[in-house]
Amino acid sequence: MAQNTRTVPAGTPTEVTQNHVKGGVGESTLRPDGTLKVTGEFAYSSDMWHEDMLWGQILRSTVAHAEIVSIDTSEALAMDGVYAVLTHEDLPAAKNYGMEFQDTPVLAYGKVRHHGEPVALVAADHPETARRAAAKIVVEYRELPLITDEASATAPDAVLVHENRDDHHSGHVPHPNIVHRQPIIRGDAAEAAKRADVIVKGEYTFGMQDQAFLGPESGLAVPAEDGGVDLYVATQWLHSDLKQIAPCLGLPEDKVRMTMAGVGGAFGGREDISMQILASILALRTGKPVKMVYNRYESFFGHVHRHPAKLYYEHGATRDGKLTHMKCKIVLDGGAYASSTASVVGNAASLSVGPYVIDDVEIEAIGLYSNNPPCGAMRGFGAVQACFAYEAQMDKLAAKLGMDPVELRQLNAMEQGTIMPTGQLVDSPAPVAELLRRVKARPMPPERQWESSEGSDVRALPGGLSNTTHGEGVVRGVGYAVGIKNVGFSEGFDDYSTAKIRMEVINGEPVATVHTAAAEVGQGGVTIHAQIARTELGVQQVTIHPADTQVGSAGSTSAGRQTYMTGGAIKNSCEIVREKVLEIGRRKFGSYHPAWATAELLLEGGKVVTDGGEALATIADVLEDEAVETEEVWRHRPTQAFDLVTGQGNGHVQYAFAAHRAVVEVDTELGLVKVIELAVAQDVGKAVNPLSVIGQIQGGTTQGLGVAVMEEIIVDPKTAKVRNPSFTDYLIPTILDTPTIPVDYLELADPNAPYGVRGIGEAPTLSSTPAVLAAIRAATGLELNRTPVRPEHLTGTGPA
Amino acid sequence: MRVNFTVNGRKQEADDVWEGESLLYVLRERMGLPGSKNACEQGECGSCTVRLDGVPVCSCLVAAGQAEGRAVVTVEGLAEFAKQRAEHGGCASGACGDTKGTSLQDAQQWQSKPTDSQTGEGVELSPIQQAFIDAGAVQCGFCTPGLLVAADEMLEHNPSPTDADIREALSGNLCRCTGYEKILDAVRLAAARQERQGEAV
Repeated sequence: MAQNTRTVPAGTPTEVTQNHVKGGVGESTLRPDGTLKVTGEFAYSSDMWHEDMLWGQILRSTVAHAEIVSIDTSEALAMDGVYAVLTHEDLPAAKNYGMEFQDTPVLAYGKVRHHGEPVALVAADHPETARRAAAKIVVEYRELPLITDEASATAPDAVLVHENRDDHHSGHVPHPNIVHRQPIIRGDAAEAAKRADVIVKGEYTFGMQDQAFLGPESGLAVPAEDGGVDLYVATQWLHSDLKQIAPCLGLPEDKVRMTMAGVGGAFGGREDISMQILASILALRTGKPVKMVYNRYESFFGHVHRHPAKLYYEHGATRDGKLTHMKCKIVLDGGAYASSTASVVGNAASLSVGPYVIDDVEIEAIGLYSNNPPCGAMRGFGAVQACFAYEAQMDKLAAKLGMDPVELRQLNAMEQGTIMPTGQLVDSPAPVAELLRRVKARPMPPERQWESSEGSDVRALPGGLSNTTHGEGVVRGVGYAVGIKNVGFSEGFDDYSTAKIRMEVINGEPVATVHTAAAEVGQGGVTIHAQIARTELGVQQVTIHPADTQVGSAGSTSAGRQTYMTGGAIKNSCEIVREKVLEIGRRKFGSYHPAWATAELLLEGGKVVTDGGEALATIADVLEDEAVETEEVWRHRPTQAFDLVTGQGNGHVQYAFAAHRAVVEVDTELGLVKVIELAVAQDVGKAVNPLSVIGQIQGGTTQGLGVAVMEEIIVDPKTAKVRNPSFTDYLIPTILDTPTIPVDYLELADPNAPYGVRGIGEAPTLSSTPAVLAAIRAATGLELNRTPVRPEHLTGTGPA
Repeated sequence: MRVNFTVNGRKQEADDVWEGESLLYVLRERMGLPGSKNACEQGECGSCTVRLDGVPVCSCLVAAGQAEGRAVVTVEGLAEFAKQRAEHGGCASGACGDTKGTSLQDAQQWQSKPTDSQTGEGVELSPIQQAFIDAGAVQCGFCTPGLLVAADEMLEHNPSPTDADIREALSGNLCRCTGYEKILDAVRLAAARQERQGEAV
């Protein structure tokens, strides 16, 4: 039913030395779950099944902001096959939950604050029965005025999205409809502006992006005899879920046993709770296992999105291209519930300057409460929106100065030793100029590829087979961008991971078992965990225990942190296990060879070896029938909160950098864009698994491409309703939309990180979007201050 | 209602099927074959792609009743399907619009193979499945079953596809993790291995 223990076969390493086991750190290693995933046997959360299970269905609000006058469930309850119909009145314990702010109702009570908010809940013996029953619940709403943007949120007579706020930010924000405000002041921007020979200003709009992971929110809750519940779900962070679920069920945490089911992608969208609490309540109420699966329509309402943003920027530079100052204001719309908005604000503010040296800055970022869909974590987390704007500014500045846009960036590029606007020293490699050099130096892809000696292949035109021209109006453009992203949880958060490692001899072979609660969401963490255990313990066989809450928290699979954090925790625990093995060895064999006492000893190739390479004993002989085990917590170096007035503070753990060059062709008559090539250069610190490093960078790049030219959740400003909750109307890149993505990665070790790793998942999502926009601007000469770009923006035939 | 059909070469009967159920739902929830995925249930993502009498379809858009008397191949049967096709010179049972590929005698002698359900070790894979693993084309893997069925079908009738052919054939299958580059690699790899094998024979 749930995922089970998997023994990890080693992959096809690129390099094998005699003493080393295959599939260690630095070798391209194949996924341990690959075979299960290609045969259809891998059990995702929506594949869970139980004898006699019921199906849960949510009724969601049809309006964005309203008082709930009444809810009538009688007709739904009377239907055959319906086992339960619940409203907020039936909630067993805490009525609200949330990661950082407990502001989200399990089921709406009093009022609904956004379109698609859960209002009632049904369990039935067939999903269609559950859907039909939900449709028979009658909810009467009295609509309230809408908060949809900064102006309506902060108007003197604005309705409050949340009355009586009493959270850790409510004391300092300028308005109760502002979740959090983070200014950063460094130097004197007004004074520095006087030195500027040119000043550029811009106002930018970033659309609401969806994570669009393919595996829908889903899972199975099984009531247990002890009054607790066993929960099989797909999440990014088991322990964070547990902390939120247990109080809403009125159960102690040890009665909510969570096991990770297979996760069909995440990208931030599974950091918040979705169906976990609701399925558990139905299971406990009916005494039957309950399965819930959102369909794609519901999924668009079932998780937070990337914050749409308005960004106002001013940059100045001297005639020779040196940046003098930057002022910006970033307004992020957090929607009806806070989710991680406060942290997104901190990120947007602290990374708003980009990977550039600017000593004099005046920065302000705010996150709104509104009646728009709730927004929270998505790959890039606040840094994406800022990068779109500051990179557009760089191009504007270059144009005004008559400089090459890459040279301007390189001239101002940060490097190791730069001080961030927060006052934090960048104390590990920051090869910004080099990354730009690398993408720029690549050969250009051939032009007009649809023309060949055998005639024209319309598939290579913008729009592909739907192109109705012969390419007469097609123009090419090239654009560059570079970005900076923090890695790990910032601003003083106590960020840790836990790893339990066991080593024993099975059938004469030493076997290591790695047990963590880390969420494998597709990124390949399970592969890396096994690689680290092989390298540290010198064993070929590594078993990855399923992730569950029977071991300490691993923290979230987000913020590019898991290889660093859970990788670090596994490395640390392995080192402790290794010492214990060596102790046993010394006890048993120490008297036979002086090297046991004197030499640096390692575990390699199933043996205890000296640093000179001499084998002293096999691990099997050392351990015999003894097992060595340890469970340890591991932390990265501490960070600090940003000062609420000046924004100063060593807030971040690590920075990651990527640069892109986009080559596009635009059919200016049809308003269609084809991205021909999207080249990336990125510093990855250390490529633990080169195969998946490249896959991560290409995947992140493609999500950035999506929000450049197609992806946007359209929210009607008059009703705050979502207009395109489907893959028919919300488009993500297909294989036809996605170009060749050549990847060039550097491995400049971060001395503070295990193996020198640098979180890689997020940085490529940042610069991809502005590079594509820059290329479209270069092709068309249009200003294009919003993303995504739609055909009407290119043809001038529709609203901006 | 009751639906009789062939799934991965074996006769199956689904009982108590509500008329509105999709083929995808019956496979996943009634046949114990959840390999075909439910990413959108509206025919946009291709994750539920199966072969219906040889033709790749989105099983979420096929009413279960439409499968009556027909042959379905899912990702779970893809390895065996590809093996039979190789043995029978191109057409496995259920492919190419006929259902005669497997004789009754063959079917009666058929036995399931011992495999480790925890790791998949010992499982025989089709060339396209192996290529997806080797090329790193699998990340979260939710799009993988549909892509495998679609890619296998393309290679069946176009063993030497250009990149443009691959892109066109797989344009109905969304992937959110990989950026498609490694999926292209996987299909090229499977095609190259198939070609080499053909030359060796």
